[in-house]
Amino acid sequence: MKFAVVVFPGSNCDRDMYFAAKDALGEEAELVWYQTANLSDYDAILLPGGFSYGDYLRTGAIASTSHIVKEIKQQAELGKPVLGVCNGFQILLEAGLLPGAMLRNKNLKFICHFEGLKVENKNTMFTSAYKDGEIISLPIAHGEGNYYCDEATLQKLKENNQIVFTYTNNPNGSISDIAGIVNQQGNVLGMMPHPERAVEQILGGTDGLKLFKSIVNNWREAHVTSA
Amino acid sequence: MKKVKIYITLKQGVLDPQGRAVQESLNTLGYSEVQQARVGKYMELLVDDNEEVEVKIEEMCSKLLANPVIEDYKYTIEEGVVQ
Amino acid sequence: MLQAPEITPEVIEKDRLYRDMGLTDEEFDLVKSIMNRRPNFTETGIFSVMWSEHCSYKTSKPLLRKFPTKGSHVIQGPGEGAGIIDIGDGQAVVFKVESHNHPSAVEPYQGAATGVGGIIRDVFSMGARPIALLNSLRFGNLTTGRVKYLFEEVVNGIAGYGNCVGIPTVGGEVQFDNCYEGNPLVNAMCVGIIDQKDIQKGIAAGIGNTVIYAGARTGRDGIHGATFASEDLSEESESKRPSVQVGDPFMEKLLIEACLEVIHHEALVGMQDMGAAGLTSSASEMASKAGTGMEMDLDLVPQRELDMTPYELMLSESQERMLLVVKQGQEQGIIDVFTKYGLEAVAVGRVTDDNRFRLIHKGKVAADIPVDSLAEDAPVYHKPSKVPDYYKKFQQMDDYYPTVNSYSEALKALLQQPTIASKEWVYDQYDSMVQTNTVVTPGSDAAIIRVRGTDKALAMTTDCNSRYIYLDPEIGGKIAVAEAARNIVCSGGRPMALTDGLNFGNPDKPEIFWQMEKSVDGMSEASLKLNTPVISGNVSLYNETNGQSIFPTPVVGMVGLLESLEHITPSFFQTAGDAIYLIGETKPEFGGSELQNILENSYFGKAPSIDLDVEAKRQSQLLEAIQSGLISSAHDLAEGGFAVALAESLFDNNLGCEVKLAGDLTVQLFSESQSRFLVSVKQEKRDQFESLVEDANHLGYVTDSGTLRVNSSEETIIEESVESLKALWKGAIPCLLKSRD
Repeated sequence: MKFAVVVFPGSNCDRDMYFAAKDALGEEAELVWYQTANLSDYDAILLPGGFSYGDYLRTGAIASTSHIVKEIKQQAELGKPVLGVCNGFQILLEAGLLPGAMLRNKNLKFICHFEGLKVENKNTMFTSAYKDGEIISLPIAHGEGNYYCDEATLQKLKENNQIVFTYTNNPNGSISDIAGIVNQQGNVLGMMPHPERAVEQILGGTDGLKLFKSIVNNWREAHVTSA
Repeated sequence: MKKVKIYITLKQGVLDPQGRAVQESLNTLGYSEVQQARVGKYMELLVDDNEEVEVKIEEMCSKLLANPVIEDYKYTIEEGVVQ
Repeated sequence: MLQAPEITPEVIEKDRLYRDMGLTDEEFDLVKSIMNRRPNFTETGIFSVMWSEHCSYKTSKPLLRKFPTKGSHVIQGPGEGAGIIDIGDGQAVVFKVESHNHPSAVEPYQGAATGVGGIIRDVFSMGARPIALLNSLRFGNLTTGRVKYLFEEVVNGIAGYGNCVGIPTVGGEVQFDNCYEGNPLVNAMCVGIIDQKDIQKGIAAGIGNTVIYAGARTGRDGIHGATFASEDLSEESESKRPSVQVGDPFMEKLLIEACLEVIHHEALVGMQDMGAAGLTSSASEMASKAGTGMEMDLDLVPQRELDMTPYELMLSESQERMLLVVKQGQEQGIIDVFTKYGLEAVAVGRVTDDNRFRLIHKGKVAADIPVDSLAEDAPVYHKPSKVPDYYKKFQQMDDYYPTVNSYSEALKALLQQPTIASKEWVYDQYDSMVQTNTVVTPGSDAAIIRVRGTDKALAMTTDCNSRYIYLDPEIGGKIAVAEAARNIVCSGGRPMALTDGLNFGNPDKPEIFWQMEKSVDGMSEASLKLNTPVISGNVSLYNETNGQSIFPTPVVGMVGLLESLEHITPSFFQTAGDAIYLIGETKPEFGGSELQNILENSYFGKAPSIDLDVEAKRQSQLLEAIQSGLISSAHDLAEGGFAVALAESLFDNNLGCEVKLAGDLTVQLFSESQSRFLVSVKQEKRDQFESLVEDANHLGYVTDSGTLRVNSSEETIIEESVESLKALWKGAIPCLLKSRD
């Protein structure tokens, strides 16, 4: 399986994501500069964390207007998995691939530590390797991870089981403790915690590895049956 | 040239932690009359004269400068500005 | 704003305008004799910044020469952007510490942020990828609104910059004492890693080669920042606010990636960042180091503001700018790399053979100076030194002995002292994990970063107990180096080398210069003994507010090497049943101690003694024990002594402990005697451990009780729940920040 890690000016978790896919997971991965026109050669698209365009204006806002985001939308419509982590999640929100928006953390500070998460929906291509309701621990590192959406959107997210991860001890003020959501089709996941930082025991845990493994397993299954 | 002044604020109803911090801080300083503070952004654009300025500005605001999910915007346009 | 054209060389001399720029009468005469004429306004400005303490080290140079700087593993000692150490396998580590004290005192957010930005550029300008940041911070006590504001904004600024550029902030220290109230210290350290074949130097070699300016445009920010940093802070400094620079970490991130791509380009000859004294120092130093000259056309320099004068262009300290020298005719390949990242890069000059530093502005020569006179011929001063009266008085005092009524209460009070209390409030705001190499995150003795693709890791720390240095600069200087090495050893690393951030008061005062001399002597002796040469550093003088000096604070930033990831050793107890040992002897030493601070609200008497031979022996024995797999946890004893170290060792794994002490209990619990370690050892490894480590005393065991219990030969003297001690320790700083005065 071949992953694209999209690099925007100011992305800074791009290499971490690349190493997670390539070394920890053992799959093919490439860093793809944002000026690349075509992503059709890749089986999955990863949008890494960081501060694209310095997070000037709003987090993810400027990156979301770049041409490659149109290409990502098209690939997503084909059903390919798209994972946005941290700034990648913010870009997906700004681009309208996922509903809602990000506000500053309730304490107005950047926060970085391991945080407990609950797997709310294991029936997605990103979470099938987890147990239902499993409590996992992943690092967070963000200043604007306070997820917000209006009441109607929240109802829809709940009805469609689009809330994939929630915080066990809400660190940033997110509505309904939301840490990660998928789109209605289930192939675009945005999350604030960093699974790519938790793929080796020496770095404090491997709870993030199952997320990447889920992507690969589901892709393999789909491609074995269709082949 | 036209000078466009754009004001962007969080929508009423959206929690504004920065505004709340400002309010608390003013209250601590003794300004107990401050009941609410909202923090927003102010931008100035210098724009070439053309008839569609207002339509374009509206577009710029909704496409990029403000995020309609959480933010409101308003703007004023000053005519005949010399740089 | 000073305007260049109207001020003639005659006026500069007659009205002594050079004094406003920081040159003395004697220095101005020296400039005239070098130039064989009166310098014009721009030239006077250039001399004044290049001869400022910040750029020339004119006061500290005679002292810095005493530092041991050589070693078989030293690839680059002081003199370049940063020092370089060989770590084997063709790889090297690059690091340096730098201060940004004065800018942080007037505008803490931007002052701290640009301090971080500057030290990062020093590292990647050598071609190294920055892999870690550390900070050594000093503030007044957290009792006034102003100090709280400085503290919060400095931390915010460090976070704002470091998090955005994607370099983990993994460690450092924060200490609080009254002497820093008006003059906080912000020292930032950056560590980078490089393949030795890629090492770059800041040289302008090759006559006819092209000088390229890359990065942010030049504005009027920070003009005379270098001289600003070389003056006392006074009420007037507040009004100097415009001279503080503003940082753009997004630009820096792009600059890092572009420069690290450019180093692989065959056309690159040399690269240096524009730090203090901006374009002036980078350009003249690059030419001086290469034995060449340089001519620049200032009209080609990208400018952010209109009508900038040559003086302003040359002295601006706008951030995120680099100067490159590239092979003539191959400029485009280099420029293309910067363009890819959306950065401006333009040819602004060329390397000449006449050893002159020549600047053209609007078709006229704006400055023409012998290039060596700016760097190498800067005056060097041998300042008078005098033993301060306070020191004589302290030496004659009887040893201070504190009266402690309740050992438990004393321990609780110590754990809540901001200098000892948990710094989680600080480091939770730093992204400590980006780059996914951080094995030991902030909060331990030293941070550990693994070297990806190898079995090696790097341990890093900053240390400096300035109270001891105030009481006795020579002993305190030794302790600062020894403590840093202790922290490295505890984490499982072999200390390799250090970078020094020397922060002192006004060196024109003989008593201050004496502090500088003596602390450098002490640090040099310890560096030599512990085989940790000084490979880079920075000097910040005039750290005074209204005539009141800070404690002498020569910060030690140290890096060590772990040959194997197996050697990584936690500072927290790991398993109930492990035996607890104290390595080293405890003497009644309370001068400069945290307990003295609590009880007397001041520091006096003698500093704790240190024997460097004993220190070296204990460190090497402990390291051998760690490398042999005998140690479960290791923690050095510092502020607050044994009791605090014992409590801290329990703050991770919900364990408890039971130890038994003999002798004077106040001394055993709270003395700050040096060269001591607290370790835990598995039962089955005790024999081996005891035969290897000479001065180890078995005191008790790790338990699963969740209680810290200390017994004397008669009774239990401390019995506290670890959970509640931890809550006090963790809550102290947030609590102080919340309380409004």
